[in-house]
Parts: sequence; C-alpha cells; structure tokens
Amino acid sequence: MAIAVLVVGERVAGESPDVTFELLGRGRELADALSGELAVVVVNDLDEGAQFGIADVLYVVDGMDSASYSAPQWEAAIGAVIQRVSPQVVLVSTGTVGIDLAGALATKFNAPLASYVIDVTAQGDKLVVTSQLYGGKLLSEGEIDAFPAFVSVLPGSLPVEKGRAQGSPRVEHIDAGDQLRLSKGRGTELREPDTSGVDITSAALLVSVGRGIGSKENLELVAELAEAMKAPLSASRPVIDQGWLPKPHQVGKSGKKVKPTVYLAFGISGAPEHLEGMRSAETIIACNTDPSAPIFEVAHYGTTLDLFDLVPELTDIVGG
Amino acid sequence: MHIVVAMRQLADLVEELEVNGDGTDIDRDFVKFVSNEWDEAALEEALTIKDESAASVTVVALDEPDVDQTLYAALAKGADRAVKLTGHDPSAWVRTRERAQRIASFLAHEEFDLVLTGVQAADDLDGQLAGILGSTLDIPHAAVVVGVELTGSSLRVAQELGGGLVGVSELELPAVLGVQAARQAPRYASITRIRQAMQTQKIEEQEVSLEVTTPQVTVRRLYPPEKQGGATMLTGSAKDVATEIVNILRSKGLV
Amino acid sequence: MLAIIETRKIFAGETEVAKIVFYVLALIVLVIFFVGVIRRLVVYNRGRRAPNFAWLRRRDPRDVPEVSERPTVPSSLVTIATNQTIIKTKHKVGVSHWLLFWGFIGLFLATSILSLDYDVLGNASRIITGHTYSFFQGPFYLAYNAVFDFAGLLALVGTVLLASRRWFSKEPQLDYTRAQKPESGYSRARIVIGDHVFVSGLLLILVTGLLIQGLRIDGEHFPSFEQWTWLGYLIGKGFAGLGVGAAAARAVHAWLWWVHVGLALAFVAYIPWSKAWHMLASPANLAVRDFSNVRRLPQPPADNAGYRSVDDLTPKELLGLDSCTKCGRCHVVCPARTGGAPLSPRDLILDLRQLADHKHGIPLLFDTETRPSPTGPMNEDGCLAGEVVVGETLWSCTTCMACVEICPVGIEHVPLIVQLRRTLVDQGAMDPTLQSALQNIATQGNSFGKSSRMRARWTKGLDFPIVDARTQHVEYLWFLGDFASFDERLMDISRTLATVLHANGISFGILFEEERNAGNDVRRVGEEGLFEMLVEQNMNAFAKASFDKIFTTDPHSFNTLRNEYPAFGLDRPVLHYSELLAKLLFTGKVAPGNLMRKVTYHDPCYLGRYNRIFEAPRAVISALGCDLVEMPRHGVNSFCCGAGGGRIWMDDSVLDERPSVNRIKEASTLDVDYFVVACPKDYAMFSDAVKTVGIEDKLKVVDIVELFAEATLSSALVDV
Ligand SMILES: Cc1cc2nc3c(=O)[nH]c(=O)nc-3n(C[C@H](O)[C@H](O)[C@H](O)COP(=O)(O)OP(=O)(O)OC[C@H]3O[C@@H](n4cnc5c(N)ncnc54)[C@H](O)[C@@H]3O)c2cc1C
Ligand SMILES: Cc1cc2nc3c(=O)[nH]c(=O)nc-3n(C[C@H](O)[C@H](O)[C@H](O)COP(=O)(O)OP(=O)(O)OC[C@H]3O[C@@H](n4cnc5c(N)ncnc54)[C@H](O)[C@@H]3O)c2cc1C
Ligand code: SF4
Ligand code: SF4
Repeated sequence: MAIAVLVVGERVAGESPDVTFELLGRGRELADALSGELAVVVVNDLDEGAQFGIADVLYVVDGMDSASYSAPQWEAAIGAVIQRVSPQVVLVSTGTVGIDLAGALATKFNAPLASYVIDVTAQGDKLVVTSQLYGGKLLSEGEIDAFPAFVSVLPGSLPVEKGRAQGSPRVEHIDAGDQLRLSKGRGTELREPDTSGVDITSAALLVSVGRGIGSKENLELVAELAEAMKAPLSASRPVIDQGWLPKPHQVGKSGKKVKPTVYLAFGISGAPEHLEGMRSAETIIACNTDPSAPIFEVAHYGTTLDLFDLVPELTDIVGG
Repeated sequence: MHIVVAMRQLADLVEELEVNGDGTDIDRDFVKFVSNEWDEAALEEALTIKDESAASVTVVALDEPDVDQTLYAALAKGADRAVKLTGHDPSAWVRTRERAQRIASFLAHEEFDLVLTGVQAADDLDGQLAGILGSTLDIPHAAVVVGVELTGSSLRVAQELGGGLVGVSELELPAVLGVQAARQAPRYASITRIRQAMQTQKIEEQEVSLEVTTPQVTVRRLYPPEKQGGATMLTGSAKDVATEIVNILRSKGLV
Repeated sequence: MLAIIETRKIFAGETEVAKIVFYVLALIVLVIFFVGVIRRLVVYNRGRRAPNFAWLRRRDPRDVPEVSERPTVPSSLVTIATNQTIIKTKHKVGVSHWLLFWGFIGLFLATSILSLDYDVLGNASRIITGHTYSFFQGPFYLAYNAVFDFAGLLALVGTVLLASRRWFSKEPQLDYTRAQKPESGYSRARIVIGDHVFVSGLLLILVTGLLIQGLRIDGEHFPSFEQWTWLGYLIGKGFAGLGVGAAAARAVHAWLWWVHVGLALAFVAYIPWSKAWHMLASPANLAVRDFSNVRRLPQPPADNAGYRSVDDLTPKELLGLDSCTKCGRCHVVCPARTGGAPLSPRDLILDLRQLADHKHGIPLLFDTETRPSPTGPMNEDGCLAGEVVVGETLWSCTTCMACVEICPVGIEHVPLIVQLRRTLVDQGAMDPTLQSALQNIATQGNSFGKSSRMRARWTKGLDFPIVDARTQHVEYLWFLGDFASFDERLMDISRTLATVLHANGISFGILFEEERNAGNDVRRVGEEGLFEMLVEQNMNAFAKASFDKIFTTDPHSFNTLRNEYPAFGLDRPVLHYSELLAKLLFTGKVAPGNLMRKVTYHDPCYLGRYNRIFEAPRAVISALGCDLVEMPRHGVNSFCCGAGGGRIWMDDSVLDERPSVNRIKEASTLDVDYFVVACPKDYAMFSDAVKTVGIEDKLKVVDIVELFAEATLSSALVDV
C-alpha cells in the first residue's frame, strides 16, 4: 500500500511533543479515508518512550546530529523522506520545526500548504481544512484538491490520546547523508530553558493571586498549589505593593502582559489595569467570593467559593 | 553587509473584522491596516545590527493600504532605503506564496546578505514567509528566530523550539530569517521624525510583473467562531469545583 | 557762640590718602560689578529667541480672560515690593525677607543720598562756585538718621532671622540632598558655603555699620542732636557703658570703618558673581514670568525636536535659572520627589544653571556641585536631556505645576521639563508602557488601544439616545476623553452624567468614534508631532459637528482644548462639567439638595492650579447639602494624584509611595466619609489608593456627578 499520510515527528530533545500524537491520531483517520498507510518520520534515534503504535510505518532518518537543531538539515532530511515515499498528505505542526519545514518543502514540491489548521478531514478526493486566522477572530474553511498537500496544525487543536495507541509499526531507516552534506547550515547547541528567573510571560499555566489572599502568610497556601501544579505564581499589583511577591510577578498595565493557556485567578477583582495584562489568556478561571466582581466578565470559568476552601482541595487533587 | 527587511501590512486586529460579500475574505474597505508586529521586530533586529556594525538596511514591502506609513516609519527609525513593489492589486489579499515570489523577483537584482522578516502574520493561511522565500531563492532559512549573531560572514541564529528550549545553529549567507523577537522592543519613531522622513526621503517604487500560479488552499468561507458567553459558573462543594478545574487543566495537558 | 550745625563730617577719621584709597577701591568695585552684570545680561540676550519673543510681554489675544494672570509692569512691581510670592506660603520666612529687603533698600538709599550730597553736589559746587555746598545737615540730617536707623534695624532683624534659619533650621527645603543620586556620588559643600558667605556677609556689613555709627557718636562725646540717630546713639551709649571712652572709640572706629567699607565694597563686587545675583535676577524674573507658558506649552526649538544644549535655552529661561535662590519650596511640594522619584525641580534648575553658567563662562561663585567624574551638571558636552538631566528624572514629572505655583521667583519648570522630554521622545528613550500608549494613540486615537468604534460603547444601557453632534445641532459638545469613554469603572459615571444632563433638558451631543485623545498629556510627554496630529483630527471632527460650546469630563482635555486649541483655530468656549453642574444649580434649574454628607474635595491639577477653577465644584458640593471639609493641601496647593503628564502610562513601581496614596492618607486624617473627585483619572487613581491604604470601607471615592445625581434625581440612580 502507498503511504497516504506522513506525520513529521518534531522531537528535537526530550520526549516527543504532544502535537505529534495529535497529528498521528488525525493522520490515521485521513490515511484510512484515503485508503493508504500512515507513516511517521523521526530524526536520528528512536524516542524510547514513544512507540508510535498507531502508525503503519516508522521512518528513522540516520546521520543527523542529535545534540542540536538546524533548519536546513531538517529540511534536507525530511525532504529526502518525502521524495522517497511520496505521501499524499504531510502533517506538521505550526510550531518552530513545522514552520521551518512546511513552507520550504511545500514550495520545493510545488504543493499546496494550509497553515494554522485546527481541523482537517478528507471528503472524497479533497481535504477540508479549517484554519484560525486573524488571531482567532475568524475561521477559514478551505479545500485542497492537489496532492501532495502540506497541512500545518496548531498545537492543541486536535485530541491527543488517540495518537498514543499501542502497536508495532514497521521500522525503516533512511540515510539522508548526501542531502545533509549539501545543506547550508548546521546546528551548534541546544540551550535548556533558564529556570532560575521567573518568567511569568512564557508559562502555559499561571496561578495568580490578588488582595483577596489577605496576608503574606496566607500566600504560602497558594504557593503550595503553584508548586504542585509546577506553575509560576503571579499576582495583582496590591500583592506586589505589599512586598508579598517581587515585582517580576506582577501582571497588568504596570506589570507584565501574559498569555498563558490557563490563568487561574484567586481573589482578584478584575480592575481594568489588571485585565489589561491577562485578558488574552486562552482560558481564565476565576475564584472570587464576590459574584459581581468584574473578573467574571472576562473569565471563562468562575466560582464564588472562598479561595481558602478551594485552594487546599486543588492542591490535594493535583499533588496527591 | 546589506540587510533587506520584508515588511507588510495587516488588518488591525483591534478592529472588528467583517467578512466580504462572497464570504471568502475580510471586507478590506472597512478595516484599518497596520504593519505586522513581527515585521517590526525584524526591522528592529536589522537596525540593531546596523547600529553595531556598518550594515545598510533596505525595507521592502508590497503596495498595500497605508504601507507608506510603515515605510516612512522605517526610514524614520534609521532604515537606509525603502522600496514599494507594485504590479498587483493593492486592495486584494496577497497570498504568501505570491508575496514570496514578488519579493524574490525584487531580490533577484539586489546584492544582499540577509533577509529578515516577521515569523508570521495573522493571515498566513498558505504558510509563513521566511521558509517559502528561502526555498524560492534556494537559500537557507530559519523561523521563530530570537537571536541573530553576525560575525564577519558567519551567521548564528537562536530559534525558540518550544518549552523554553533554544536551538542555536549556523547558516551560510545569504539567508532568510523569520524573526520572533528582536533583542529589544521595537524602537519608537516620533511622529515628528516620521513627518520629517516624508519630507526628506523618498520611497522607491518598483513594478513587478508576474503571473503567479501555485497550488493553494481554496477558501470556501471565512466566518467568526462561535462566541462563548461570560464565565461558566462552577458550583458545588469545594471538592467538586476543584475536580472540575483540574479536569479543565488536564484537558489542556497542563497537569 | 558757634552755631551748632547738626551734621557729621564725612571721612572724619580718615586721611587724604585713605580717601583716595577708598575712591580707587570703590571705582574698582563698580567696574567689577558692572562687568559682572553686563556679562550676564549679554549672555541672557544671546539666548535662543523663540518666536514672538519679547522681554515684557503684552496681552496675548489667545489668553482666556478669566484664567490669565499675565503680569503687567505695575502688577509685577507690586509683587516684588510686597514680597508676596515669598510670603504667600511661608509667612515667617516671607516677613523676615520683607524686613531684610526693605531694610537694605533703605540702607542703599541712605548711601546713595550721602554720595549724592558729598560726591556729586559737594564736588560740583566746589568746582563751579568755589564753595562746597551740602544738604546733609540740619533737620534733613536729623530726619535722615532717624529714618535710616530704622531701616538698619529692619535689615538687622530680617537678616538675623534668616541667618538663624539657615544655621539652625532642619526644614527639609534647606536640605541639599539630591533626589536623584548619581552613582559616582556628589558634593554640594560649596553651595552650602555660598549660602553662609552670603548671609554672614550681610550680617557682618550690618553689624559693623551699626557699630561704627555708635563708635562715632561715642567718639564725638554724644552731641545731643545725635539722639535723632537713635540706634547709633544707643549703641554708642552701650560702648560708653562698657568703658570705651571717646579716644578709644575714635581709634576703634578708624579701623572698624575700614572693615565695614571693605566688606560692603566686596559684597557689591560679589553680587553679579554669586548667589547674591538673585537680588537682581529674581525681581527681573518675576517681572517676566508668565503662567500661561505652562497652560499653553511653547513650541519646540525650530531646528531640534527638543532641548539638547544650553544654546536652546531662551533669554528668559537663562534668567530664570539664575534667579533660583535654592529656597527648596518646589523640592518640598513636588509629588514626584515626595513619592521618592529621582526628580526634584530645584535640583533640575540647579543642574541646568551650573551647566549653562559654566558653558557661558559666567559661573556663580560657591554655586557648583562637585562630582568625582564629569557627570550630570559637570558633563559639559552632554546632551541636556538624558545625560545632564537623566531620563528617569524627566519622566518622573507629573506636570502638576505645584513647583511653578510655589516658586517665589517665578521660575517655570514645566515647559523646561517638556522641552527636555521632547528630546527623549525623539531619541525613543522611554518606558515601554509609555511607548505602547503613544503607539495606541497614534493608531487608534486612544491610549487604551481599543478600536475607535468602541468609544461610544458606554452609551449602551442608557434609556435615551445620545445625540450625534455631527448630524444635529447641540448647545454643548461633550468631549469625554479616553478614560471616561473606555475605562469600565468610569463608564458608569459617564452614564450618570448623561442622565443628569438629559433629565435637565441640556442640549448636548458627542462625536462618537471621531473623538480622539485631546493630546494634553501627549504634548506633555513631549510627543509634539503626535499632539499636532491629534489636534488636526479633533479639529476636523469639530468642523463636521454643529455646537455652541464644548464641555469636557477630563480636566486634562479641558486644559488643552481651552488653552492650546485656540492657536489651531478652536473658537468656541470650553467648560468643565463641574461648571455645568454649578450652572444647573445656580440658574435655579435644579433645586439644591440635602445630602448631609461629610466630604472632602480634591482639586485636579489641570482644573485648579492650571485653570483656576476652584469655586464651581465647591459650590456644587455645598449646594447639594454636603459639609465640605478641606484637606490641608487644597486649592492652589492641592497635591497631585500622580497621573498627569503621561505618568498614568508609565510604570510607577520606582516610587516608595504613590502620590495618590499620600493624598488618601491626608484625607484619612479628616473626619469625612467621601472623597469627591471631578476628574476621571482621579477616580481611577484614588479608588485604587483607598484600597492600598486599606480604608475603602471608611472613605469612599465618588465623582461629583454621582453626588449630584443622588441629590437631584428623584429615583436614586446610583448607589453612592
Ligand atoms: C513557533 C511559535 C511559537 C510560539 N510560542 C508562543 C508562546 O509560547 N506564547 C505565546 O503567547 N505566543 C506564542 N507564539 C505566538 C502565537 O502564535 C500567537 O501569535 C500569539 O500567542 C498571539 O495570540 P493571541 O491571539 O493571544 O494574541 P494577539 O494576536 O495579540 O491578539 C490579542 C487577542 O486579544 C484580544 N484583545 C486585545 N485587546 C483586547 C481587549 N482590550 N479586550 C478584549 N480582547 C482584546 C484580541 O481580540 C485578540 O484576540 C508562537 C508563535 C510561533 C510561530
Ligand atoms: C495607573 C495604575 C496602574 C495599575 N497597574 C496595575 C497592574 O499592573 N496590575 C494590577 O494588578 N493592578 C494595577 N493597578 C491597580 C488596580 O487598579 C487594582 O487596584 C488592583 O488590580 C486590584 O487588585 P486585586 O484585584 O488583587 O484587589 P481587590 O480589588 O481588592 O480585589 C480583591 C478581591 O478578592 C476577593 N476576595 C476577598 N477574599 C476572598 C476569598 N477569601 N476568596 C476569594 N476571593 C476573595 C474580593 O471579593 C475582591 O474582589 C493599577 C492602578 C492604577 C491606577
Ligand atoms: S510639575 Fe509637579 S511633578 Fe513636575 S517637577 Fe513640578 S512639582 Fe514636581
Ligand atoms: S526653583 Fe524656585 S521654588 Fe525651587 S528652589 Fe529655586 S527658587 Fe525655590
């Protein structure tokens, strides 16, 4: 059987990212609809933790430096695989590796490319893709009828569990040595994230506290929760003003603007100056005893429970 | 060292965006156009390189609504030259592949060492410019660049790989970079300076005549996502609510 | 019998040689004095000439009559003669200064009269007629002594009071510690020495003068007519009492006279070269000061975006710098300095003066700060903005005008600060939050970065439509400003004001999406180009609308519309909504209320100090039946909330205490329940500050129109 869908495994170091399994899950459906096989390509060594059981074929590109990342090298390697297996659909993410690959390879193979995709299905001999454009203000529904087609999916858009199914794909090794030698770039190093300083602007989850916490001693309670959730603590200005937390933790007009995936707000009323810093968070969950607190107007989920009741429960569930 | 910065106009996302009559594009008559914020970062990085070494900076953009404003602002900030490419319908949506080809045909008769552009734009349905342009010109490229180091003829870039991991690599020149963030926030050009630039400097216009046919996504319809209302209130005991919150976090892969 | 002629011999104890020595010395001193004066005047005169420059300005047609206090020559003379700018906030110091001022003028007159008699009349008559005439005798002599001894006493009392303040007082204004502390360290020891030289010099001249008078009378065996010289006579008696006989007195007199004369001559020579120069510069500066420069900022220099070097300073500014007496009043009232920001208006003036005077080759003796490395005012090649005066200092200013208001010598700090900020803006050297606010204003026309189409969103929820002044004629065009339009907390208040006006049949409308930020604070931030762009946009919108008058919610917009827009063609009266509310009450349209609340009222800087509107809001508050308790700092001395001059867009975490918090603490000492404001920014700042202080249950921040609505609308619309 021919390869219908090729998923690019975008693991550079550590574990394979979730998005690869999102792509595999949807890739399976597309491959079935297109009556072909699902393949996944990984670079260099196998990710021991991931079996890619849902795929029919696992391509391993040998000969690449696994201690660094280089866009031209990846482009050469994945290009070589595509050349060799001629898939109908190539699935990547709209993340760094995916952005590096998709545009360049689509151009190289003179193939259509859809980016910022949050949904992709096969309908007859066409692909129907939904993309999130204009910062999510508008969705675009489009169709692709030329193959091979490149689809770049926004991480977090598709279910991830399905892609983790067990199984044992055939493993094929591909040597891209020739192409790699020709490529006009090489990786030099990977720098691990600096965890020393707090950077509330880059966290996916923020545990944020307001004056509702009452005192510095009480802050301990929320700090425990943050620790259990492995999320940084952030705060509204009064908490900073009191000296309960240092200035880099402040969210808002005169602090930092944050855009985490989830913003947990405890005892924050939602003054305009505070909202300015966090309203573009993807999901806002607010806990405030006052049902008319303005924070509930921007929050996606809210509760009027007392934070002193709720926080310990949360810590229990997450930590224990 | 000659750095070319590719900039572009984009509908101002602060405004309400409306969809045009046939439902396949935004209604371009009623939106305000501003420069793409990531292109501003690319420009800043280019100007910082210029401040450090003797680089010259050329800004190039397709003719789009209010593009002059962006180009004059770039000149006011210190760019040496601004070029506006014409030859297409300035009021229509220019897909990324076409944009890349137009810029490539301008670059074909330019001596350049580095092209900087923004990592992405909010209407990049057909992919992001840097990779497409790199491939079109057949030169190396890298996206989501957060650091550029030019020493002599060697280029080192730092790319954000997610989760805070940064990949550093070397590229041969010339190269195209999609800039995510410059070393510093984009500088401010005062209105007085911009007005001065308008009086003392000129925007070069170059016509690019090109028939572009690339396979692309056909947009069937453009529509606003369904609105979610105010906060969904979680009720019940502290334990119930906590469980629900943790479920939300789990569904996002956060705990 | 020999007729006694009541007089005394001039140069009595001196030889002819001594006389010649004196005249030679006096001549040298006069030369030094006039060279000093002329050099300074030449330097001032070479300053940058702003358009329409005139030393003594006449009325300007753009002045708003009820605000303008442009000084006239007579009014300046009165100000100078009464020392009123010194007395107005510090009575004791002011009165001491007044004594010294008039005492010395008296003594100067005395010396001049003597010189007229002896040197002019005496010599002239001798040459012309061969006889030496003198009017320094008889009753004139007696009256002269009686009067000028009194002047001497005034001067002595004033000088002793001021000197002892200088020596012993611990008042913060006399503390020369800088607000902005250079890393390298600094020393102001020389400046302190200069103060002591000045005040001790004056005191010594006075004391020796009185002593020689006493010694002379003692030496002359107390002629009875010398009792008219009452102070000298008493002092002489004192000497006699101490056993100083006539001969001894004459001997002491002979050398003490030289001490006195030497000191006096030295002091005259010292005047144009030292702190003493303020004796001449300050009154001159008071004569040319003009508050309207603060309300309506001057243009940037023609060839630069803002001030960079001393060449950009105007003659008036150079004179102003030299006038500063380091009284420190501005240093004390400045909300930025009070809050711990690295700005003191006094230091700013002193730094600029040190630099300018050094560069112009006319440094004032004992007036320089020293530093181990050439930074700040010692950085002679540095850019004024950013190097000589560091950016953080300039950005700290709220443009509250408190310094200008209190400065006894009429220095205008705010226009200078803005001229310097213009350079920083040109260089792009600013806070990132400020930069994004300016960018928002440039693209969206408001600092919130919201779509201009959202500007009238606050009108949703009103049960009557708001008129679009572009389609229908209205009496009043309501200019809301950004905060009243976009800030969620303030939209309620805007709706309340709309309801009140509607209920009272006022014809008003708004510009909907076409209103732009008025640009008051944009201009004060130093972004002149953006200001002009906003004026253009607003003027275009005004042109499309049909209205008789404008009223604003925001005192900042009020200031620029009223004082700065006329230069761009705005020809309609501009009011503040508190004035409109007052009008409703006092034309009998609305019956007074009976709220029986104890309240205090905060004067917004741009309403009060800038535009002298103190009465309208107070009248409204009283008419509503509230008991108004004033804060210690009110009216012209009101304390800034910290939001002005673009500060609301900048990070204030550098402050030890926000001005708004300082203000709320002041109010909390009063026995009141409500803190009334008449400015949207005040509402935002103070409703935050009451929480910070932790007294939001005790002291409620309310807008004046909320009180108005509660008292006058039948159904209580707002629960205050
Ligand atoms: C490889 C890669 C990695 C990236 N990694 C990250 C990352 O780690 N973190 C990250 O944040 N981004 C990241 N980005 C950028 C990301 O793709 C998005 O562009 C970015 O997150 C912007 O998303 P946004 O819609 O939240 O913000 P914006 O595009 O700035 O839009 C702001 C949103 O807020 C709304 N809004 C604005 N003002 C108001 C207001 N006053 N009231 C109500 N609503 C308002 C607007 O309608 C809009 O929806 C990455 C991009 C790439 C290419
Ligand atoms: C110019 C300016 C700039 C500013 N910049 C910023 C900024 O950058 N960031 C910022 O945050 N603020 C800023 N502010 C301050 C802002 O106006 C608010 O004062 C501040 O955000 C309020 O913080 P808060 O919500 O923590 O406190 P509050 O408004 O006091 O809210 C506390 C909330 O906690 C709730 N609560 C109390 N007890 C409990 C409990 N046991 N369980 C659950 N809920 C409880 C209460 O109902 C209340 O709603 C700025 C203000 C100004 C004027
Ligand atoms: S205007 Fe106000 S803040 Fe600025 S220097 Fe003067 S007193 Fe200080
Ligand atoms: S500027 Fe004016 S108020 Fe300030 S110290 Fe000098 S004289 Fe005094």
